[in-house]
Amino acid sequence: MNYTFDFSFIGQYWPSLLDGLWISAEMSAVALIGGFLLGVMLAVARTQGSPTVRRLATGFVDLTRNTPLIVQTFWLFFGLSALGFLVPAIAAAVVALAVNTSGYTCEIVRAGIDSVHYGQKEAAACLGLSRSQVMRNVVLPQAIEKMYPALISQFVLVMLATSIMSQISVEELTAVGLQIQTRTFRGFEAYLVIAAIYLVMSWLLRVIMNLCYNVAFPRQRHISQARSTFRPGAPAPSDTSIATGAKP
Amino acid sequence: MIMGVTSGQWFFILQGAGWTLILSLLGFVGGTVVGLPVAVFGTSNSRVLRILTGGYVKLIQGIPLPVVMFICYFGISIAGYDLPALVAAGIAMTLYSSAFLGEIWRGCIEAIPKTQWEASESLALGKIQVLTSVILPQAFRVAIPPTVGFLVQIVKNTSYAVVIGFFDLTYSSRVINNSTFKPFVIFTAAALIYFAMCYPLSVLSYRLERKLKRHSRL
Amino acid sequence: MNSTVQFQNVRKCYGHNEVLKGISFDVPKGSVVALIGQSGSGKSTALRCINGLEEIHGGELYVCGRALHEKSCDITALRLQVGIVFQSYNLFPHLTVEKNITLAPRKVKRTAPKEARELAAHVLSQVGLADKAGEYPDQLSGGQQQRVAIARSLAMQPELMLFDEVTSALDPQITGEVLKVIEGLAKDGMTMVLVTHEMGFASAVADQIIYMREGVVWEAGDGNLLKHPSTPELQQFISNGL
Repeated sequence: MNYTFDFSFIGQYWPSLLDGLWISAEMSAVALIGGFLLGVMLAVARTQGSPTVRRLATGFVDLTRNTPLIVQTFWLFFGLSALGFLVPAIAAAVVALAVNTSGYTCEIVRAGIDSVHYGQKEAAACLGLSRSQVMRNVVLPQAIEKMYPALISQFVLVMLATSIMSQISVEELTAVGLQIQTRTFRGFEAYLVIAAIYLVMSWLLRVIMNLCYNVAFPRQRHISQARSTFRPGAPAPSDTSIATGAKP
Repeated sequence: MIMGVTSGQWFFILQGAGWTLILSLLGFVGGTVVGLPVAVFGTSNSRVLRILTGGYVKLIQGIPLPVVMFICYFGISIAGYDLPALVAAGIAMTLYSSAFLGEIWRGCIEAIPKTQWEASESLALGKIQVLTSVILPQAFRVAIPPTVGFLVQIVKNTSYAVVIGFFDLTYSSRVINNSTFKPFVIFTAAALIYFAMCYPLSVLSYRLERKLKRHSRL
Repeated sequence: MNSTVQFQNVRKCYGHNEVLKGISFDVPKGSVVALIGQSGSGKSTALRCINGLEEIHGGELYVCGRALHEKSCDITALRLQVGIVFQSYNLFPHLTVEKNITLAPRKVKRTAPKEARELAAHVLSQVGLADKAGEYPDQLSGGQQQRVAIARSLAMQPELMLFDEVTSALDPQITGEVLKVIEGLAKDGMTMVLVTHEMGFASAVADQIIYMREGVVWEAGDGNLLKHPSTPELQQFISNGL
């Protein structure tokens, strides 16, 4: 193989890379927050709602989890254009991402809600708290704390998924790679650099989320160091089935 | 004409679906072949092996699959080979699946209680025998639900091969949409085909997991 | 009606299984009633009917002037008048001791934060844990957690306190500190219903002891019941416990 690597394109294209990175980060942030909130609502609907609400929520979650993100994005983007709504591609991208991730977030939070001991709900109800107060003050905080590792993995996946939005012409980071390829034919090097940038972003996202964890759930700082993590049976792999095998 | 799309065009879309299945299979087989050593070495006593496999997994899991696809695609061409997109997509899917399956299976191996290792080693079984006769068979049972669940991810993520022009279901439906401009019809149909492939696997994985939980009160 | 609780021929079923087969007893205001019996006798179920955790399927049940057998009964309002302490404490692990106690007053009674904190300090000193306000439940021993659970219920200033086997999950050495608190509450005139295995405690503190067996009130009497049991089953039960 007679190939000389040439990374000089970075000198000329680093502004484009930075722009692309910024757009990816923006999309991730909005889609994460939107997807998380929607996911929590779906989880509450699935655990607390009337039978009809539960079935609707379940159907929605099943649909979004068993179809690819890119098909959902095409459906939304091209569908809206066909109806005459000229939405900016980035808006369609963010909505598709948020909707897609809400299905996964819903399952993660639902598993967390189910793992909260029923005695907690009983005690809270016996103190006079209403159903929504019990959910907001007692169940959800514990559910989210327990499921945080799975949530981190899911958030990283969302950030990485912004990459496919180049297919509807969003000028995010991966799209820059094709730009560099067509102008310099250094596509291989370009994508290696882009891969490295995504790796750094993944790592950064995990760091930020772990920081948020320590701020939002201060008791872990007191407790978890003392608790021994050795048990003769490690946590069940069922957690991985929710987070597609990715561990934080 | 069904809903504004000719039967010839529907057939075109379905051909894409066929290639989706083929790439999924490739991804799963490749992922198993590479992923099993990743899982086993990930539990080894050698710190070097653990770091290498851990690094490999973190690397692949930290890069979007479309980017992996591009790297494989351009990598093959600069290596001097002129191969169809299926090869690049297959390699990319193998890398992707092996990282995730490796992690899942490593978790399953580690879920087997330490006492099993101790008991079999006390019977003078060698490391490899312990693994093949005692640990892996048990880990296999535990691994089935999440593996079936991950198959769903594989099928869905083959859609990312569209970025390198691989003729799968997403690609074929987009081509037809470009000529008929009936996105709701076409992409709903594509979504339904993916759903038909994935949903049974999801349900199976869920049922297997319930069954496993019930039986694991040993 | 000066009985805080009145059971009149109350029945309850779990599916085809009848767990309460028509029980009747009164809890006069300011008195302490102890429910004793084997597991499965229905005593915990009877207790849990009092604050609406369990539904009744027959008979009449009056608690704090409310009719629980009627569908229109406002359970949430009832629970402001009835406090309950569980065997497994059920403290909220993600909140400090103080926040555990102030959560309900602040959210339900809309007590101001400063008042709520003062209330928490007051009930904590009542149970002897004034210095633990800033700690998390995980950092406390079982007996301390149970005392916090009692304080948490007291903070809502109930008319009636229910105790569901609150010392059964504790080491024998620690049960004493919890029983002392309960005894203190009784002396202060709190109306209480206790489900307990602590025979000595029941004899010392209860005004009325009710022995339940197979879903019925088998024998009932005052605090001296256990010294002079009438039925052979109760005699057997007492001797098994010693």
